[in-house]
Amino acid sequence: MEADPAFLRGLTQSRFSRRRFVRAGATAAAVAGFGSALSACGIAGTRDTGAPAGFDWASWWARQQKHGVLDWANWPLYIDTSHGSHPSLELFTKQTGIQVNYKPVIQDNASFFSQISPVLQEKQGIGYDLIVITDGWELTQMIANSWLIPLDHSRIPNFARYAGPIARHPVFDPKNRYTVTWQAGITGIGYDPRMTGREITSVKDLWDPAFKGKVGMMSDNTELGSVGMLALGIDPAKSTPADWKRAATLLTKQRDEGIVRQYYDQSYIKALEDGDTWITQAWSGDIFQANYSGFGHLKFVIPKEGGMLWHDNCMIPLHAQNPVDALEWVDFYYQPKIEAMIEDWVNYLCPVPAAQPKIANGLDDPSVANSPLVFPSAADMSRLRGYYDFKGIDDHDEWTSIFDPVIQS
Amino acid sequence: MSARVARLRRTAIPYVLELPGGAWVVFFFVVPLAAILSVSLMTGNSIDGYTLTWNFHIYPDVIDQYSTQFVRSFYYGLASTAIALVVMYPVAYWIAFHGGRHKSTLLLVILLPFFVSFVIRILTWQFILADQGIVLGTLKDIGLLPSGFHVLSTPAAVIAGLTYDALPFMALPIYVALENIDRTHIEAAADLGASRFEQFLRVVLPLSAPGVYAGILLVAITNIGDYVSAAILGGPSTTMIGNIIQTQYVQNANYPTASALALILMAALLLGMWVYTRAFGTRTLQEYV
Repeated sequence: MEADPAFLRGLTQSRFSRRRFVRAGATAAAVAGFGSALSACGIAGTRDTGAPAGFDWASWWARQQKHGVLDWANWPLYIDTSHGSHPSLELFTKQTGIQVNYKPVIQDNASFFSQISPVLQEKQGIGYDLIVITDGWELTQMIANSWLIPLDHSRIPNFARYAGPIARHPVFDPKNRYTVTWQAGITGIGYDPRMTGREITSVKDLWDPAFKGKVGMMSDNTELGSVGMLALGIDPAKSTPADWKRAATLLTKQRDEGIVRQYYDQSYIKALEDGDTWITQAWSGDIFQANYSGFGHLKFVIPKEGGMLWHDNCMIPLHAQNPVDALEWVDFYYQPKIEAMIEDWVNYLCPVPAAQPKIANGLDDPSVANSPLVFPSAADMSRLRGYYDFKGIDDHDEWTSIFDPVIQS
Repeated sequence: MSARVARLRRTAIPYVLELPGGAWVVFFFVVPLAAILSVSLMTGNSIDGYTLTWNFHIYPDVIDQYSTQFVRSFYYGLASTAIALVVMYPVAYWIAFHGGRHKSTLLLVILLPFFVSFVIRILTWQFILADQGIVLGTLKDIGLLPSGFHVLSTPAAVIAGLTYDALPFMALPIYVALENIDRTHIEAAADLGASRFEQFLRVVLPLSAPGVYAGILLVAITNIGDYVSAAILGGPSTTMIGNIIQTQYVQNANYPTASALALILMAALLLGMWVYTRAFGTRTLQEYV
């Protein structure tokens, strides 16, 4: 039987040259690509994606009901923990019947914000009823975009009753309209006196050539810029772009002289413990916790030029499903007895002064109760400064463009 | 009429045949690339949004601003590739020719660290190389190193981290190439009087070239764009272009700058690859693949 010649040809010769094949593919791809490029000629901004101005929140709150569930996103290691569970949350569930889905998912403000902002921009809920964000550019945007539900203070009477001066009327949220403090803390200087050979008292010690290559600075550009201004004797909260440039010059000089070991994120504490740094910008609670986990020799100081006071704040994001349950937890937290339970474990600045005797007597832990890092003296408090409050995105971009080149050179 | 239909069908067939492949390329390569390109030409900010204004100026601007980090990325990436090659070629050679029945075990040993996440492995190096850590601390205590000596926060630490991560990616293609060499070629060379060194230089090495070529390509491309090693092991002046892209994208929501940097990096890598392929042969790559 004779084979079909066409069939034979098909078996032996390629009918479409490879080149033609590729060219056809490229053309099709180019057309599609161009089309998609044209259709994607913009990225929506966050403006006007929040609650409408003049929204009647009072009657909105009046309509809300308790659901017995609370979805809460917090930072890791930021609540009392015992054998894998959280006693304060269990007590809360027992007393109120509200089940808490506690998720320690926030690693840093910028990445958490970059996760939730596309969702909020689409006017959808992020799946949490309560989130914890530090005062700074991300919180400023949350408020400016109207992405937060104003708190109904009638549902959190314990805040009015027990909140200390640290928690009341912070610069970034006067009247606590959107936020209440979860914990506060101080950015000062942590050091290892065995290595520095002397006590540290001043911000300028971070510029001491004797510590060349052993100074840790923070990679957070707000922290870095602020300490630069403290060194120049400028109050960061009242600073101007001209001050920012002077601070950046000072910080660049510090880097170029080889004094800075590294710009650290949270890992600065490990670098100090490991001896990679001798003196470092530090957060008060970290040094306190290090003192009780085998690094008793490390010290923390609020420099004489001042330390920075920050707040980690509880807030209810727009579209939250269980706002009543969220406020019930906040109210529960602000009882001195409960706050003491958590504070005894977390060790940052306590927003409830009345928790001090509870920790000292009830929990029998004088080391926490008497710590100036948990309950600072009035003299220490007077030396604390607030951060610069960004007026808008251009303001923030200018700050970033001045300090980022110091950190990423 | 029917002839025309037949002709039409014949012309249409290649296009129909390439639809699946074409669709793949369009969806997973062309569309994302075109999207990045268009984003890079936008201006605006995260609050007001970004609009396409064909801002081509961003390209010279970011090259000007970040040239140091670009050059550094290529330097670190290529240095780590070279070190990985020098270290892993002998290892792959030894396994292929002298591994015997333990070959698979030895390959598994090379791959074993890769069952742990990249970030954790690099963090472990941070722990091992700490100034007062188990290595440097001990050497300092017995007086072999001055007390101020440190490895972390130096370019050497970043390059070492990149090299460490590259080892198996360099070893595996070289091993495959060496393993595929027909042993009779080597025997023939020996019969014709070639010394062991000549056998290696004139038979084994050229025949393993495709593996070396592929190994270099795999390692150089990933390492030049890496940012983890610099972030964890580096110091104040070891920032790579990957770190800048990450900061601009995640922290500053500056999508145009991040996109432009990513495209420039990609273009530079393509150009480098093209030159490299021209110099060392497409033929060998195709042979290998």
